Amino acid sequence: MSGTYLGMPAFPVAAKAALGNETLRGNLRHATHTIRDKREKAVAELDDWALLREAGKQIKDHTLRHLDRYLVQLEESVTAAGGVVHWARDAAEANRIVAELVKATGESEVVKVKSMATQEIGLNEALEAEGISAYETDLAELIVQLGDDLPSHILVPAIHRNRGEIRDIFREQMGAWGRAAPEGLSDTPADLAEAARLHLREKFLRAKVGVSGANFMVAETGTLVVVESEGNGRMCLTLPETLISVVGIEKIVPSWQDLEVFLQTLPRSSTAERMNPYTSMWTGTTDGDGPRAFHLVLLDNGRTDTLADEVGRQALRCIRCSACLNVCPVYERAGGHAYGSVYPGPIGAILSPQLRGIGSEVDASLPYASSLCGACYDVCPVAIDIPEVLVHLRERIADRGGKGHRLEKAAIKASGWVFDHPKVLAAGERVASRTRKLHPSRVPGAGAWTDSRDLPELPPEPFRDWWKKNRAEKNSAGNNSAESNSAESNSSAKNRGEGSAT
Amino acid sequence: MTAREEILARVRAAVADAPDAPPATRDYRTTHTGPERVVELLAENLADYRALVHRTDEEGLPALIATLLTTRGSTSVLAPPGVPAAWLAALAPEIARVEDIPGSTARELDQVDSVITGCALAVAETGTLVLDGSPDQGRRRVTLVPDHHICVVRVADQVVGSVPQAMPRLDPTRPLTWISGPSATSDIELDRVEGVHGPRTLEVVLVEN
Repeated sequence: MSGTYLGMPAFPVAAKAALGNETLRGNLRHATHTIRDKREKAVAELDDWALLREAGKQIKDHTLRHLDRYLVQLEESVTAAGGVVHWARDAAEANRIVAELVKATGESEVVKVKSMATQEIGLNEALEAEGISAYETDLAELIVQLGDDLPSHILVPAIHRNRGEIRDIFREQMGAWGRAAPEGLSDTPADLAEAARLHLREKFLRAKVGVSGANFMVAETGTLVVVESEGNGRMCLTLPETLISVVGIEKIVPSWQDLEVFLQTLPRSSTAERMNPYTSMWTGTTDGDGPRAFHLVLLDNGRTDTLADEVGRQALRCIRCSACLNVCPVYERAGGHAYGSVYPGPIGAILSPQLRGIGSEVDASLPYASSLCGACYDVCPVAIDIPEVLVHLRERIADRGGKGHRLEKAAIKASGWVFDHPKVLAAGERVASRTRKLHPSRVPGAGAWTDSRDLPELPPEPFRDWWKKNRAEKNSAGNNSAESNSAESNSSAKNRGEGSAT
Repeated sequence: MTAREEILARVRAAVADAPDAPPATRDYRTTHTGPERVVELLAENLADYRALVHRTDEEGLPALIATLLTTRGSTSVLAPPGVPAAWLAALAPEIARVEDIPGSTARELDQVDSVITGCALAVAETGTLVLDGSPDQGRRRVTLVPDHHICVVRVADQVVGSVPQAMPRLDPTRPLTWISGPSATSDIELDRVEGVHGPRTLEVVLVEN
């Protein structure tokens, strides 16, 4: 796969380009609205949803607070169950470990379960550089890989592609990777899924090495959990002789019982199902069933930096359900590619700049890729306050200064001072109202903001003046019956009408 | 410093000043379903995710299994060693019996038409079957590679209402497979398509006494 996130433009540029693509917007709108409506129904079936959400949050917070203890416990339990644990400080180290493990088997190809962690570290590309082919086996990941494309959604990576585009990709590319698409392939989802079944089955049946991530790791028992729908996960986790799982260190839950919370909240939040079709749980190796060798690579890659930020660390609670993407008005219009990171949408806007740091233009732009409407917080099954973290990161970026952000910092400081001095604010409002006909529709020097937004029109008179005239005096006269209130609002409407005529 | 030591040191430094975070309170429900509704709900939820649900008693089971295989036109069937012989007593003689031999390859398994197993338990609220590799359920691959899976559930002692009721009954040291309906994908315009890599047909037989 030659597609890459490196060198991608910052969010405002990428989003603007995406907004011009009507097919993309249509595909996205259809997909996000379908899944968000279904999700609401699935969640409504559990009348203790709020309690499950709170328990999920508490389990994750407790784990993160004692992560050192649980990591050591996990290592002990996995080792006792016949697995081998490796630790990777960063992407390069994790990729090196995996490449060496694959080489030690003498194999030059691996089958992969869709995994955000391996995408985050660019494992496929790293293996390719070592002469190892990594085949994605999730249908959507296959579409992305064959199309030399990038995923645009955490759960439905090819959400930006419609059936016609998928058929074309299969027809043109499958042959180059293995079994070609059947003659005369149609664009019905069933036929496309069948073509993928035939193409991938060949790879599953000969695979000697599987690579996966995990949704959860249980410290107490050493159990790993992969939640999926298609069965490609089961194929990769059970047919090969060697299994290598690359998992972020934040994916731990302390106890076996903790899974009961997330197995209720994750499927309903992500695919809007009561339960996803397949969940696999394995603890080390089992004689006569599944891989003979199991390696777990525990990945830091910026997670400990994120953990150190007292506001931002809550992003590590994320269970990658992607509910926040589907409700986000910005994601719905801009699409996942605009975020320039493997984690798109609201969670990506807080996770990527923390994992990668805010040094690049892309990462510094991500906390601004939001309207702060709060819908992402409402749907989050582990109650991550994404808007709070966005604002916190904006502050960090503004504090750092630099192009664009110096202005914002100055503006925030100035507004703080004005709000602290009511007389100045009042005077400013009056001047603004009286001169409103003269105001430009765009603010010079703030093109990045006003290019894509209309400035609100200024009201004819400042609110505080209107209030003084219409409410303050009358209220002080003790006139507050329902009838007179209604008469009052009529008269104030009239006043406003008169005001605007002057 | 090794990577292990370094990561653990970073974690400790990162949370050194973090506020205390006690273990979670578990005041969520242990179930959402009264015991009288559990079996009906299991049947409904299995069917809702396109599993084919059949109901019978011990006596009717062999004939039902034979009918399911014949109707489908299966010519070979795999049953793990712990499957009671009675389940297969009524099978047409032309249906070949296949064993899952450790040395056999996944490719050989791919030639098998149908597989019959029991289960560890079933969860009503989610429409889920859980397999734990016991002798009547076999290795994980046997319920994955063939295209047709018949799973027998003993209603009397294998059905629970909810996920929280399932967890304490499962042994995490065994490999566990949770199955909720046949393999499916929603990756193409979010249209649900059954059967991508796992069995395209899942038939569940609820056996009542």
